[in-house]
Amino acid sequence: MSTQAAQTAHDAHTHTHTVKRYRGLLDWLTTVDHKKIGILYMIAGLFFFVVGGLEAILIRIQLLKPMNDFVSADTYNELLTMHGTTMIFFAAMPLLFALMNAVIPLQIGARDVAFPFLNSLGFWTFFAGGVLMNIGWFNGTVPDSGWTAYAPLSGPTFNGTHGMDYYVIGLQIAGIGTLLGGINFMATIINMRAPGMSFMRMPIFTWSIFITSVLIVFAFPVLTVGLVALMFDRLFQANFFEPGTGGNTVLWEHIFWIFGHPEVYILIMPAFGVISEVVSTFSRKRLFGYSSMVFALVLIAFLSFMVWAHHMFATGLGPVANALFSIGTMLIAVPTGVKIFNWLFTLWGGSIRFTTAMLFAVGFIPTFVMGGVTGVMLASAPADYQYHDTYFVVAHFHYVIVGGMVLGIFAGLHYWWPKMFGRMLNEGLGKLTFWTFFLGFHLTFFVQHFLGLLGMPRRVWTYLPNQGLDTMNVISSIGAFLMGFGMIVFVVNIIITWIRPRNAAADAWEDGRSMEWSIPSPPPEYNFKQTPLVRSYDAWWKEKMDGKTEMTPAEPVGPIHMPSPSILPLLMSVGLFIAGFGFMYDHLVLSIGGLAITFACMLLRSVFDDRGFHIDPEEEVHA
Amino acid sequence: MKRILPLLTGLALLLSGCGRADLSVLNPQGPVAQKQYDLIKISISIMALVVVVVFAICIYVLIRYRRRPGDKTIPKQVEGNHTLEIIWTVVPLLLLLILGVPTIQTVFGLAKDYSHDKNAIHVKVTSRLYWWEFEYTDYGITTAQQLVVPSNKKIAFELASGDVKHSFWIPSIGGKLDTNPGLTNRMYLEFPKEGIYRGKCAELCGPSHALMDFKAQSVSPASFDRWVAAMKAPAVMPADAHIAETFRSKCLSCHAIGDQGTNGAPNLTGVGGRETVGSILYNDVSPGAAEDNFRKWITDPQKVKPGTTMPSAADNQLTPDEINGLAKYLAGYKLNY
Amino acid sequence: MSAHQHAEGQLPHEPEKATLEGRNKVLGFWIFLGAETVLFGTLFSAFIALRHQVLDGPTAQHLFELPMVFASTMILLTSSLMSVFAVQAMHNNKVKAMIGWLLITILLGLAFLGLEITEFNTYVKEGHTLKTSAFSSSFYTLVGFHGAHVAFGVLWIGLLIAQILKKGLTVVTAPKIYLSAIYWHFIDVVWVFIFTVVYLMGKVG
Repeated sequence: MSTQAAQTAHDAHTHTHTVKRYRGLLDWLTTVDHKKIGILYMIAGLFFFVVGGLEAILIRIQLLKPMNDFVSADTYNELLTMHGTTMIFFAAMPLLFALMNAVIPLQIGARDVAFPFLNSLGFWTFFAGGVLMNIGWFNGTVPDSGWTAYAPLSGPTFNGTHGMDYYVIGLQIAGIGTLLGGINFMATIINMRAPGMSFMRMPIFTWSIFITSVLIVFAFPVLTVGLVALMFDRLFQANFFEPGTGGNTVLWEHIFWIFGHPEVYILIMPAFGVISEVVSTFSRKRLFGYSSMVFALVLIAFLSFMVWAHHMFATGLGPVANALFSIGTMLIAVPTGVKIFNWLFTLWGGSIRFTTAMLFAVGFIPTFVMGGVTGVMLASAPADYQYHDTYFVVAHFHYVIVGGMVLGIFAGLHYWWPKMFGRMLNEGLGKLTFWTFFLGFHLTFFVQHFLGLLGMPRRVWTYLPNQGLDTMNVISSIGAFLMGFGMIVFVVNIIITWIRPRNAAADAWEDGRSMEWSIPSPPPEYNFKQTPLVRSYDAWWKEKMDGKTEMTPAEPVGPIHMPSPSILPLLMSVGLFIAGFGFMYDHLVLSIGGLAITFACMLLRSVFDDRGFHIDPEEEVHA
Repeated sequence: MKRILPLLTGLALLLSGCGRADLSVLNPQGPVAQKQYDLIKISISIMALVVVVVFAICIYVLIRYRRRPGDKTIPKQVEGNHTLEIIWTVVPLLLLLILGVPTIQTVFGLAKDYSHDKNAIHVKVTSRLYWWEFEYTDYGITTAQQLVVPSNKKIAFELASGDVKHSFWIPSIGGKLDTNPGLTNRMYLEFPKEGIYRGKCAELCGPSHALMDFKAQSVSPASFDRWVAAMKAPAVMPADAHIAETFRSKCLSCHAIGDQGTNGAPNLTGVGGRETVGSILYNDVSPGAAEDNFRKWITDPQKVKPGTTMPSAADNQLTPDEINGLAKYLAGYKLNY
Repeated sequence: MSAHQHAEGQLPHEPEKATLEGRNKVLGFWIFLGAETVLFGTLFSAFIALRHQVLDGPTAQHLFELPMVFASTMILLTSSLMSVFAVQAMHNNKVKAMIGWLLITILLGLAFLGLEITEFNTYVKEGHTLKTSAFSSSFYTLVGFHGAHVAFGVLWIGLLIAQILKKGLTVVTAPKIYLSAIYWHFIDVVWVFIFTVVYLMGKVG
């Protein structure tokens, strides 16, 4: 925030606005505070993570032995579809948004995000979409065409029930929230950095979220169009993907993967950022090759839009396309390799402390390398004709998504937990979580590479005995149970920590480097009493090395302007939720009524200016 | 675990000759699968090297630079190192070059079009929920579920779908290619070693996706000619007049046999000689299994393959005697080739 | 946030960028338009991929009447110019002139919508509905999405005029006017592409 803005805030204080502030549940439903929204994202994300995890466990029980009939073939397809969709859109994405919200404004020395109201709207639309998609479980029509929803299996001709409608509409509503989040964080990072924080002084996690946001902004609208087209096919008999009436099923594959490949990098980029922060902090050492790390992020993001057709090598695009996309895909290995070695050389010569967060981070490095190298193997198109749609691919993407992103999220949650809640997670339980989850993960997915090579296609409900697949499937299932156990330990850890009193210091790990560690844990509502002045990369570390105990302020202490809480985002999402059902069940009143609620809220938001309120930090301290 | 993993990778390479010869990618039985396997080997070797280097550095630094209790020293804050950074940019590029060149060669090599080659056998594959139809356009014959090919020729496939997307895959003979509704894909395969190979559907296509197998049988050229002749010969109908009539009215309304019936469902010519019933019930598990399998399949196909369009015996109003008669007839209907 | 204490005439030259909130809005809106560009880009790609799949339905050559579409184009281009004048008036702090230009903008927008509805009506009568073919589905989705954007813009600018009348031009309302103008230009640019890709290329074949 500039001094000019601070001045305006000060001017405004001459008029006192009384704003209703809520307590308890209503406080959470109306909050526009990025820290609280981060916590909401985390709770919702963990909830869906558990749901998706249970679906995975059911899948692994079904595959425990050949020709098992623990679940029916129909149910199995529903489980695999909901597992994939839930994990990617409703567990992974919100957990990333949780970390983004909890950390980014603090890292850049801001008092909030650029658009607090939109931030809240983003959360509630995501949540409405997630709930809507899962409601299918309760009335027996569940999406069942895989998370990729390939047409025409997902179209009206071959999928006459409402199952895929839940997918199409649920993702559409959730997608609005994600897009708003992307725009918000891009604007926040560009406009809201504290004085002195140039782009090349930004913490690497902030950089990774900036790049992630750019990817979200340019990838999600593609999915929106794909979903609109599929929705028109399903609900209004349009012909986008219906081969019988001139539609083109390969068009869906292109649209889906032009979105889908950047989406994979949307998931992994923030993990790159988390790992960089954690490795650097717990090695007590500056991140090795900061500028090449930034450049690698930008390059990976750029390439991610150029390689979508490597998901379609077996579609039959022809040798020229396959050759080009093979080479393009292989190139991504280079910037990714740069990151890996930079992490290793950050550790090199450091003073490494093995906290739970650090265990997850150092577990991430070799695991992600394994996922990365199988990625290069998959990039070789002729070899991919063999790997494609087998368990080899399942193993590969779980190595990058679970072994990469989920380990990254666990590292981030353990690392920033004290900042978010003011309480340190129990280290003993944390380490138990790490070892069970990590070992379980490798048990589950390492053997799956070989299952694929031995001829087991993916998305199979069952398999015949005596094909050399039995033992490895048992191992894989045991691993899955172990991961489930690790997750239970994590939840227990959260509960135990929750009931204990606050115990976290401002610089909770003592070796903090970026500015979030310069303010109390948890931070006050306004984050920074005075906007800090950033004097170097690793701003807080620099101040500590200079013998300071707090950041150099960039402004005098004064009243701080805060945005008002609002119930409108929640109501708008409820409106979309109702309209979604109206569309699905062809109920005009519901559709129009739902949309009317949403538009009425937009109208209210536009007509009534949010004047906000002011907090005087000095008074707060005395009170 | 970190120490074990590279060992496992090495072990995997040693094991790579293993897996069923009729199913495993790692046990290629034809030149197409062999080329793909060669690429897999190159890439695994390069990647194992990368993994070993990373693991070695990782383990070294984690042990060497762990913090001793009470250590308050601050390590030297290094910004980076240009030489090192150039090395780990250039070396991967070189490694990728080693993989990239054969990749491109193989992409174009495997994309050769034999659809107009007179020496090749032309087979039009149509995938349907949940079975495979093979039409030999040179010979005017159609079979289902079990592809029969001569061992001495290239087989030029034309891949189409009658409904949703499926993917045509015979792991030990060659990689897969999707069957897209509304579009035709082409690929070729070679089956130099006689034997029966397992084929799979590799694209999610509905509840019975997992059960949508097929077989590819490679036979000697002379045997193939005999098979073609037997396929073209007039159909052998059930000896029992009542069963024959039942078969004609209940089965041939969808299925075909020899020159009779329609090709809306799998062609049944010589069905008793196939490896399986319904592509998933194996006939070689015990003597007389074929007849049991047919009985099981005709009685309640949904139980074997959920979502199949084949009606059950109850829907077809078949009596137990008729089911037995049909099963016996079909199990005994074999072609000599 | 301090908007209301500036008396009329004391607004800075670019009132839309006077506050951090205003600057955030302008930046955020540009990013949003980036996303919109991708959205329309994808719709265009789908249309180009499917435009020859007419089945038994009428073809583009048969349907499109260029004079009418050309008139629509001119109307929308003119309305875009009007919104430029509105922003200029805002920068000169001439509130009444600004409202006048905005009114002309939305009137032209309404005229455009009227023509589009007439056009769609004719097509439907000729047997060209959303369900007819892949061409018709992608046509209505692309052009309809644009039409919905125009309709939203008309409602939005209408609402803003009402707000200006009530609250006056302040550093809170100024960014909204500015954004609506950018939005209107964007819609105009999209239409130029629709005119070229859908109508001209459709006529040429």
